[in-house]
Amino acid sequence: MLNDILIFLLIGLFAGTMGAILGLGGGIIITPIVTLAFGLDIKYAIGASIIAVIATSSGATIAFLKDDVLNLRVAMFLEIATTVGAIAGAFLTGVVSSSFLYVFFGALLVFSSWNMFRKLRTGAEIFHETKTNSLAVKFKLNSSYYDKNLKKQIDYQVTNIPTGLSIMFGAGLASGMLGIGSGAFKVMALDNAMKMPLKPSSATSNLMMGVTATASATIYFFNGSIRPDIAVPLALGILVGAAFGSRIMQLLPAKIIRGAFIPVLLYLGLQMILKGTGVIS
Amino acid sequence: MNNEDKETAAEMQQIEIIIGKIMRGGVFLATCFMVVGLLLLLITSNTGYPGTTFPTTIAEIIAGLAAFKAFAFMMTGIFFLILTPFLRVVISVYAFYKEKDALYVYITLTVLIILIISFLIGHH
Repeated sequence: MLNDILIFLLIGLFAGTMGAILGLGGGIIITPIVTLAFGLDIKYAIGASIIAVIATSSGATIAFLKDDVLNLRVAMFLEIATTVGAIAGAFLTGVVSSSFLYVFFGALLVFSSWNMFRKLRTGAEIFHETKTNSLAVKFKLNSSYYDKNLKKQIDYQVTNIPTGLSIMFGAGLASGMLGIGSGAFKVMALDNAMKMPLKPSSATSNLMMGVTATASATIYFFNGSIRPDIAVPLALGILVGAAFGSRIMQLLPAKIIRGAFIPVLLYLGLQMILKGTGVIS
Repeated sequence: MNNEDKETAAEMQQIEIIIGKIMRGGVFLATCFMVVGLLLLLITSNTGYPGTTFPTTIAEIIAGLAAFKAFAFMMTGIFFLILTPFLRVVISVYAFYKEKDALYVYITLTVLIILIISFLIGHH
């Protein structure tokens, strides 16, 4: 028992650190370990994953008393689309073919990975839109953050807000119907579509995925999907890892973070396409 | 960045300090319950429940806390952890209100209401 607890603590440390740096939930790490290495039911893997998402989000939140990188307005504004999408997804389960959705969302992730690769190649990390976006001004979405790696304050403007909202709705839909993509689609909407710099994108995604997960987590809690002997050591490890990871994230060059994203998104996307086409279950 | 933007940014920073403190308190509380539960489990080698079962209702968990059962403490910690993002939305409503940003009070309230609706749907 002590061994299992230690293993879950360590997995948590790793998943939390990586999750906080990338703004992802850690389900890709947790699910295979719980199902394959421990041979437990997928139900407990989903329960553990959702706790992992919340622990990553909250751990990253408490790392800083005052998080200058996070954009709270963007988070709340887009959270409307995500939570509505999640509810719609819960109702649409069984109406829309899930294999179609897996392929569709998987393809989006592969495309997003390609986009990240292109951005890395051109070396364009900071965007200054010359034309002010009227919706962004109206909703006060433009902001600035202090980049600890570049050692300077960076003002940024967001754009393509309807596209961002649509992707966020899709992200909610995917998490409501398929229980996946808690963070990946959020970073995609913020970074790829809305042209927010990568670090605020990751930090904002981190906050949002916790909020999105909180409602469904209570369901899993009461239906017995969350095993305390797995979830507690995992959550404790993740809280420490995420608090640590969100500090490192601010110090890292954006290029390195982006470099880490490319294989992760590609892996996630291909995994979903294979699942949708029935190659893997 | 014009003056108005700068004022907004300064206000946001103050508010985020308050939010940060409340969030740390919430996460600390959850962590305390989880750590106490885990220590109880390691010291007594007893989950407090038969076989691989664990408590999943509020009543069972409260009864288990009173009886000092390891899994009851662990489940309480997890439950508090699950509520921390919800807490964040609640205090953000208050924060935007203090900041006199009516638009974002409405936006954040909308998020809160949608969360409550999805919570209710999920329990039916």
